[in-house]
This record gives sequence, structure tokens and C-alpha cells, in this order.
Amino acid sequence: MSHVRYIDKTRAYYAGLGYAKPYQWAEFAEVPFAPLTKPLRQARIALVSTSDVAVRGEAEGEEPHGFMVGKVYSIPADTAVERLFTRQEHYDTHATHLDDVNSYFPISRLHELAADGVIGGVAARAHGVYTNYSHRRTLAADGPEVVKRCREDGVDAVVLTPV
Amino acid sequence: MRVLEAAGLPTVVIGNARDIVETCGVARFVFLDSPLGNPCGEPFNASEQRWVVRSAVELLASARGPRTTLALPYRWAKGEAWKEKIFSKEQPFLEGEAEQRWLESKEKYKELKAKGAL
Repeated sequence: MSHVRYIDKTRAYYAGLGYAKPYQWAEFAEVPFAPLTKPLRQARIALVSTSDVAVRGEAEGEEPHGFMVGKVYSIPADTAVERLFTRQEHYDTHATHLDDVNSYFPISRLHELAADGVIGGVAARAHGVYTNYSHRRTLAADGPEVVKRCREDGVDAVVLTPV
Repeated sequence: MRVLEAAGLPTVVIGNARDIVETCGVARFVFLDSPLGNPCGEPFNASEQRWVVRSAVELLASARGPRTTLALPYRWAKGEAWKEKIFSKEQPFLEGEAEQRWLESKEKYKELKAKGAL
């Protein structure tokens, strides 16, 4: 079976729920491209989530609204994976679950690739950005903040994953 | 993605909503045909996840230009019935408290936007 057409499906679904204005997905004519300038086995890779990943024991008490309108956050890459979880609820709850962080935030897998010598290393921090329903904010504020933090950590390339 | 690439940082997106990512347009995209929530593979299937993530980092080096998609040969182990049901009237995407939280988040967002806080 071919892949799901989410744009068509969600437009029809939310129109059926009575929403008059369809969500405008991002669409760009020009796409920037930066080549990797060193061999992969020497490259330091950062993991960036475009959703919510939190650390158990540190995230309590935060209101759930935080993850719609939150700012860029960082997590030490050596945080024990058992302490990581997500408060994200927008996924296919009927087909799967989010009990394994590495199925959407593959930090252990990156550490393994570094240990095997496939990549040079994993950056000291992983980062997260929220969609915020705002393309403008992602481009003008959150994107530059992630670049700044990656530069501080000497990052050569970035793996981006949504939940 | 755009801001990082424009600043000289190569990126690769691992995702499972192919039409959304390709409509947006990204530099490098590894597509896994799995349900929303598990773009890097089945939960607790470390060898599958390693294959996906290794494919992604290798694409960092091998892609020659923007909009490079690598569609991995893949089938969700529990079958493909989920594709028919997602976002259908028979199966609400969000229910109960999760739906309430989503609606509250949207209101909060509107308030903040009206105040110029975003």
C-alpha cells in the first residue's frame, strides 16, 4: 500500500469536524543545502527533535500548554535514556505507542553509531523545538537559537526527528 | 531545517509523513512508512532503528543536492490497516482528555498571539 496522504486526509478530517479554514502546511520553492565538509566518521552529530522530549524528574509541574508554545530546550546527550519521555499526544494512538524514546528520538542509536566509528561523535547536547503553529517563529527565533547552540558544541551535522 | 542549512549545517530529517515533508521541501529526507509517532522504527526494535538512523547519517554524506529523499524498503510488522483508519470518521485522532488539552492549547496560543507574546 502506498504512503498515507496526510495533507489531504487531515483537510478532509478537520473540515468534517466543522473547521472552516484548512491548516496551511509549509511549502517552499527554494530549499537550502549545505554539504557535509568532512568525512562522516569524523563528524560530530547533534540530534534535534521537532516535538516534545522531557527528562523525568525535571519536567514535573509544567503546564501541558508548554509544549505548544515553548522555547528551544536542550538535553544533555548522555542523559540515561530511561529518564527520557514525551508528553506529545499527537501520534497514531491506535497503531502504536511512544514507550520507546528511541523510536522517535534515537539518541541511543547515535551513541552506538559513534561507538562503531560510523560517525565521529554525538554532540554534548540534543535540542528540541516546538511547532508553535507558527512558521514565522520557527524561522525567525527558534532556528537561529538551535544554530547558536550547535555552534557552541562544535556540531558538524544535524539529525532532525519529529514524534 | 532551513535555518540550519542556510547557516552551513547539513541536516537530515527522519520522518513518516512523506507528503508533508516533501511539500515543505528539505535538504535530505529518510522516509520510513510507519505510523505517526515512530519515525525511527518499531518501538524496542533496536536493530531496525539502527538501520534507519545509519541510513540517515550516511545520507548526510551521500546527498548531492536539496530534496534528496531516501525511501527505505519497509513494511510495518503488524500490517497496514492503520493506513486506512488514520484520520477517518470511525477513528478520532484525538479523544477525551487529549482532545480537551489540544483545544485548550489552541486557545492559549490565540491569547498569546493577540498579546503579541509570540
